[in-house]
Amino acid sequence: MEQMRTTVTEREIKKLTLPLDEKTACSLRAGDVVHLTGPMYTARDAAHARLMELINRGEELPIELQDQVIYYCGPTPAPPGRPIGAAGPTTSYRMDDYAPELHARGLRASIGKGNRSGHVRQALRRHHGVYFVAVGGAGALLSDRILSAEVVAYPELGPEAIRRLEVKDFPVIVAYDCLGGTAFVGEKPLA
Amino acid sequence: MGHRMREVDVAEITEAVAEMSRQSNTNLPGDVFAALADARARETSPIASEVLDQLLLNAERAEATGLPLCQDTGVAVVFVDLGQDAHLVGGGLQEAVDAGVRRGYEEGYLRKSVVRDPLDRSTNTGDNTPAVVHLRLVPGDRVTVHFAPKGGGSENMSALWMLTPSQGRQGVVEAIAAQISAAGGMPCPPLVLGIGLGGTFELSALLAKRALLRPLGEPSPLSEVAELEREVLEAVNATGVGPMGLGGNTTALAVHIERHPCHIASLPLALNVQCHAARHMTRVL
Repeated sequence: MEQMRTTVTEREIKKLTLPLDEKTACSLRAGDVVHLTGPMYTARDAAHARLMELINRGEELPIELQDQVIYYCGPTPAPPGRPIGAAGPTTSYRMDDYAPELHARGLRASIGKGNRSGHVRQALRRHHGVYFVAVGGAGALLSDRILSAEVVAYPELGPEAIRRLEVKDFPVIVAYDCLGGTAFVGEKPLA
Repeated sequence: MGHRMREVDVAEITEAVAEMSRQSNTNLPGDVFAALADARARETSPIASEVLDQLLLNAERAEATGLPLCQDTGVAVVFVDLGQDAHLVGGGLQEAVDAGVRRGYEEGYLRKSVVRDPLDRSTNTGDNTPAVVHLRLVPGDRVTVHFAPKGGGSENMSALWMLTPSQGRQGVVEAIAAQISAAGGMPCPPLVLGIGLGGTFELSALLAKRALLRPLGEPSPLSEVAELEREVLEAVNATGVGPMGLGGNTTALAVHIERHPCHIASLPLALNVQCHAARHMTRVL
């Protein structure tokens, strides 16, 4: 175990600060291992549905999107003394219908797990965004990297509420970059 | 004189389920940890190695902090093997199991992930009940309770095929490998695959789920089934999907097949996909 763990630190890791500006996002390439530090928002199925309702009605959103990162995550309840419970990523494709519209409105990146639609990849290229994957099922490890969590919208959704997180050295991997590159097996770069 | 029945109070079942709810979600079983460590030792892809390192560290952090391994603490799937000489007293079985789930998920700070109406997402039951309970009568006077919380991401990639008999062994291997290849990173590989081969439509699915209860990597006691397990495992790992779909040697840690006789016209095949957080515990009462 000791020997295995040292290999993580030996590898090149890009350390980035959030929010994520366009230039930095564009410097990332599929397959890069990245540690994120700064604020991000959680939102998953139900919160996305509500954001889209507001957009369709032309109303203001409860969070700022410009250069922000949305983490597809529905954590477990925070036990006493911790800001949040287990907090790994959920499967991203369920948010594919919403993501292009959010990127068009300034969203810089999302974090989840698993492959996504061609529409999402094209939106990333068009709006210079990035899709990161976090390791699914690493809920305890990722929780350790979350310094604070505050519900900022839709508290009635429980685990699906929108939370503002402060993270430190939050480990992710670039799955899709802004040039159309992919880290997933069986996918080709966008033509 | 009637046969002597051993009485088992359902409160014991409630207690066992509550305890297993908490423990199974926090402690990765030793067999799964060992399989991940073995996979890490064999892995040659840098990204796959990074992912496996994080999973091994995650298991350690979950144990140290008491946090769940994964935020998806699952729907509670409970297999009860009821000895036919045991008599449950003190209440209903489903109610007793649900009481254990309710308590375990609340006291363990686990996520409540069950909606009452599948078509209405605002109907979260609030306590992760009802549990899915599979009851089987077995010889003896013991009550064996298996607890296996099941996450949604991997369950969603499960599948059932009614193959034609002529598709045979090759059809079985190809269907499984194609399904896992298409699922990519979504079910959180490296995976454990539970497969039900034969039986009927519904039995094959149940066999697939039950196959996941077997200790990880323990081959089928039937040599020809064990051989098929090896063949499917090789085919699945040859897809190169790798940990989280990012490439590598390790797409599945193990393949468990439960075989059952079937109709001459049929070849039912069910695949229950389990993520690497292969949580399972057993208590004998």
